[in-house]
Amino acid sequence: MTGIKRRTFLTGSLAGAALGATAGAFPRFTWAQSGDKIRIGTILDLSGPFQPFGTQKKRCLDLAVEEINQKGGLLGRQLELVSYDAQSNNQLYAQYATQLGLRDKVSVVQAALQSSSREVIRPILRRSNTLYFYNTPYEGGVCDRNTFSTGTTPGQLLANMLPFMINRFGKKIYVLAADYNFGQLSEKWTRKLAKDHGGEVIASEFFPLDVAQFGPSISKIQGAKPDFIVNTFVGPAHAAFYGQWTAAGMKKQIPIASQTFGEGGEIQRMPPEVSDGIFVCYSYMDEIDTPANQAFIQKFKAKYGADYGYLGDLSMSEYMGIYLWAEGVKKAGKLDRNDVIKALESNISLDMPGGKVTIDPATHHCIFDMYLAVAGTDRKFKILQKFPQERPTNPGNECDLVKNPNTNTQFEAKI
Amino acid sequence: MRGKALGLWAAAIGALALAFGLPLFVETFFLVELTVYVVMAILALSLALVWGSAGILNFGQSAFFGLGGYAYTIAVMNMGDSTVPILIGIAVPAVFAVVTGYFLFYGRVSDIYLGTITLCVSLIFFNLINSSGAEYRIGIAPLGGNNGIPGVPPLNVPGNPERPLDFDEMYMLSMVVLVLVYLGLHWLLATRFGRVAVAIRENELRAELLGYDARLVKLAMFTIGAGIAGLSGVLFAAWGSFIGPTMFSIFFTAQIIIWIMVGGLGTLAGAVAGAVLIQWLTTWLGETKIADTNIVLGAIFVVFVLLVPRGIQPTIARWLAR
Amino acid sequence: MDFAAIVVIQVLYAIASLALISLGLAIIFGMMRVINFAHGEFLMLGGYAVLLPVEAGVNLWLAMLVIAPVTVGLFGIVVERIIIRPLYGRIVETVLATWGLSLLMIGLASEIIGYYQAGAAPPLGTVQIGFYREGAYTFFVIGITAVIFVAVYLFLRRTRFGLIALGTMQNADMAAALGVNVNRVYAATFGLGAALSGLAGAIMAPIAGVVPIIGITYIAKAFITVIGGGTVFLAGTAAASVLFGTITQVVTFLSTSFGEVALLVVAVVLLHLLPEGITGRFLRRGL
Repeated sequence: MTGIKRRTFLTGSLAGAALGATAGAFPRFTWAQSGDKIRIGTILDLSGPFQPFGTQKKRCLDLAVEEINQKGGLLGRQLELVSYDAQSNNQLYAQYATQLGLRDKVSVVQAALQSSSREVIRPILRRSNTLYFYNTPYEGGVCDRNTFSTGTTPGQLLANMLPFMINRFGKKIYVLAADYNFGQLSEKWTRKLAKDHGGEVIASEFFPLDVAQFGPSISKIQGAKPDFIVNTFVGPAHAAFYGQWTAAGMKKQIPIASQTFGEGGEIQRMPPEVSDGIFVCYSYMDEIDTPANQAFIQKFKAKYGADYGYLGDLSMSEYMGIYLWAEGVKKAGKLDRNDVIKALESNISLDMPGGKVTIDPATHHCIFDMYLAVAGTDRKFKILQKFPQERPTNPGNECDLVKNPNTNTQFEAKI
Repeated sequence: MRGKALGLWAAAIGALALAFGLPLFVETFFLVELTVYVVMAILALSLALVWGSAGILNFGQSAFFGLGGYAYTIAVMNMGDSTVPILIGIAVPAVFAVVTGYFLFYGRVSDIYLGTITLCVSLIFFNLINSSGAEYRIGIAPLGGNNGIPGVPPLNVPGNPERPLDFDEMYMLSMVVLVLVYLGLHWLLATRFGRVAVAIRENELRAELLGYDARLVKLAMFTIGAGIAGLSGVLFAAWGSFIGPTMFSIFFTAQIIIWIMVGGLGTLAGAVAGAVLIQWLTTWLGETKIADTNIVLGAIFVVFVLLVPRGIQPTIARWLAR
Repeated sequence: MDFAAIVVIQVLYAIASLALISLGLAIIFGMMRVINFAHGEFLMLGGYAVLLPVEAGVNLWLAMLVIAPVTVGLFGIVVERIIIRPLYGRIVETVLATWGLSLLMIGLASEIIGYYQAGAAPPLGTVQIGFYREGAYTFFVIGITAVIFVAVYLFLRRTRFGLIALGTMQNADMAAALGVNVNRVYAATFGLGAALSGLAGAIMAPIAGVVPIIGITYIAKAFITVIGGGTVFLAGTAAASVLFGTITQVVTFLSTSFGEVALLVVAVVLLHLLPEGITGRFLRRGL
C-alpha cells in the first residue's frame, strides 16, 4: 500500500479502534458486594465553580461516616463512602448517579448542590430504587417518596427573618435576587410573608449570576429609601455587591437581610467593614454556643485544621443527612429501601450540633431550630435569636407523601 | 481511493460489531456511560464538518445542540410519541441555522468575528433560559429556568409510545447513528459539493472566482452541521432524561472545540476520538480523584499541545506513514 | 438632576471597567494575534497579587499599582516563553494551550489559596452628589483607566520600544532584517499585556472581590469587547467599551435582568453591521 492508502486506512480504523480501546481501558474493577461494608454514595462538586461548597460538604460526610464507624458502625457493619466529583457538570451527575444506582449498589446517595443537579439525578435514583438525600438549602417543593431533604426552604428561613426585620426596621422592603429559580421563588415568598406580617415589597430586582456591578441598583435604592433590603445573592459575582454598597456609604443607612450570605465563606473573605451588620437566618451556624456544637467544632477542627473555613447549614446538612438516614436504618433494623423509608416517616428526631432535627413525614423535609444572627466586626456571626422547630413550607398541604406515596414532582409554590 | 474505502468499511463494521456485540458482554451501566460518549462524538462530528471541513469557526455549536434538546423535550412532552419530536429536534436548529447563517454568510462575516457572533448567540440562549421563571411554558412543558427540564421522556419504538427503548437499545441506536453520520459525512465530503466546501475553506476568493457561490455552500454546511448537532441534542436529552441551560454555556461550547482540537482539526475520526477520550478522562478523574480535576486537565492540555501539536489523529497517521 | 449625574457616572464607570479588563487581551491579540484564553486568570492573579501583600501589611496602592502588574507581567513573560512561543501563528493550538493554562491556574489557585482568602475593602470613602452617594473609588477607576489608556498609547507611539513593537507586529521579517530581536519583542509585548491584565485585576479587586474562578466572569465580556473593537486594538477597544458599556448600563437602569443580555445582543448586531469590528470601518488609522 502506498503512504496515502495506509494513512486513510488508519484514519478509518481509528474510529472503531478508539471506541474499542476506550471500552477496554475502562477501569474494570470487580465490585464484589463488599460483603461486610455498607456503602453510601455521594456525588458533589469537588472542583469547578462550586468547589468550596462541595469540599466542605464532603468533609462533613467524611466526619459523620468516621464517627459512626468509630462507634461500631451501623447494624454491626462499617460504613464506606463511594465518592464522585461531578466537577459542577450536570452530565457527570447523570453518569455517576447511573453508576451508583446500577453498578455500585449503594444503600443511599447523599448528593448534589444545585437544584438542576438534583433534578437530574432524582429520577435516575428513583428508577434504580436507590434512596436519595438532598442536603442543600433550595427553593423547596420536592415531593418524592424516594427523596429526603435536610436543606432549608425559603419559607422556613424568611418566615422568621422577615418579621424580625419588619419589627426592628420598618415595613418597606427592597428585594435583590439572583435571576433564576431559587432567587425568583424566594422573592415570591418574600412578597407573601412580608404582606402576612404587615410589610410591603416596594421593588424587586433580579440579577443574572454573572452580574458583578450594582451601581444602578444602589442608586435606585437610594432613591426608593426602603427600610431594609432582602437579598438572595448567589455566587462570587454577586458577592461584589457588598463592597460596592459599603463604598457608596450605604451600610449605615439601610440594613440588609440576606438569605445566602455566609454560606460560601463570605464572612471570612470580606473585610469586616463591608460585612458587619448583615442579618442572616440559618438552621445551623458555626457560632452556636451549646456544648454539643462546641464539641462538634472541636472535632471538626481536630480533623481539618483550625482554619477550615466556614460550614453554615449548607455543609452541616450533609452531616445531618448521614445521621438521619442511619437513624432510619437503625429503627428499621435493615437496609431495605422501603423499610428505611417507613422508619424515616415515623417522626424520627435527632439531636444534632444545631439542635433538634425532625423529619416531617408528609414532606420528607426537616423541622429545625432556626438561628437569626448578624455579622459582626470580627469575621464571625453573632446569634441574636433562636426560633425552635420551624416547619418546612408546604402551601395548602399539597405534598403529603404518607397519604399519596406515589407523588413524584417538584411543586412550584403558588404564592 | 480503494484504501480509503476499505478503511471506512473496516471502521463501520468494527463499530457495528461493538454496537450489537458489546451489550452481550458488558453491564448496563457501562453501556449507559458509553452511550453519552457516542452522543457527544456525534456532536463533535457536527463541528468537525462545520469547522474542520468547511472552515466556519463556530464558537456556538452548543446552541444547536441545546436547541435540539429543548425542541425534542418540549415536543415529546406535548405529543407523547417520540417519533415526530426527533424530527423537530433536528429541524428547529436547522431552521435557526438557516436564518442566522443567512445573516452571517451573506453579510460576509468571517472567522473570528463569526466565531464571536456565534458565541454571543449561544450565551444569549443561556441567559434567557436561565432567567425564565416558572410561568414560562410551551404547551405542558415548563421551560424550567436554571433547573432545566427533568423527566424528559425516552425515545420509544416509532408509533408505540408505551414501548420505550431501554438502555441497551439506546446504546445500539446511538452507535448506529454515529456510524451513519460518520459514513454520511465521509460521503458528503467526497461529493462535488463537499470538495467545493473544502476548496472554499482553503481559499474562498479563489473558489468564488472559479464561479462557486461560497455563501450558499457555507450556509448549507452550516445548516447540515446544525441538524446533526440537534440530533445529538435529542439523543442526549433522551439519554439523560434531562436538558438544561448549561448546554448553552461557554464552558460546554468550549468543550466541543477542545475535543476537535485534541483529535485533530480537519479530521472526522479525530473528532470522535477526541470527544470520547476527553469525556472518558473527565469521568475517570471524577471517580478516582487523584488531584484537582482542573489541575490535571489543564496540565494535560498544555503538555499535549506542546508535544502533539496537530492533534491525535494526524500525528498517529503521520507517524505510521513514515 | 442629581439622578442624571449619577447615571452619567455609572455609565462612565461601566465603560471604564470594561475597557480596563479588556486592555491586556487587546494588546496581546492586537499585537500578536494570540487569543489568550487564560486572560481571566491573569486578572485573577493580579487580584491576588494585591490581596496577599495587603494581608501581610503592604500598602494597598503599592500592591495595586506596582506589585500586581510587575508580578503578572513577569509571569506573562514566563508563559510566553514556555507555551506561546512554540505555537506561534497556530491559532488553534494556542487556544487549546491557553485554555489548558486557564484550567491549571484555576485549579492551582483553588488548591493553594482557596476560597477563604481575605479581601480588601474599597478605599477612598464616599462622595455626595446632590441627593445620591457614590463610592469615591468609582471615580478612581474611571480616572485611572483613562490614564492607563493614554499611557499605553504614548508608550507605543512615542517610545522607541513601542515603535519597534508596532513595527514587529506589522512585519516581523522586516523587523528581524533590520536587526530587531523579534523573540524578545514578543516576550516583552506579551509581558506588557499580562502586566496590564494584572493591573486591571488588581484595580477591580477591592470592588469585585477575588476568588479562583473570578476569571470566568471576565473572559466572555473582554473577548467580545476586543473582537467587537476590531483590528485597530487600542481605539477599537475604547470604542467598543463606550458602546457596550453605555448600552449595558442604560438597559440595567431600566431592567437589571437584561443588562448582560443587552451586551450580547448589541455585539451580535454590531458585528453584523460592521463585520470587521468597529475599527474595520471607523478609526482605521488610529492605534
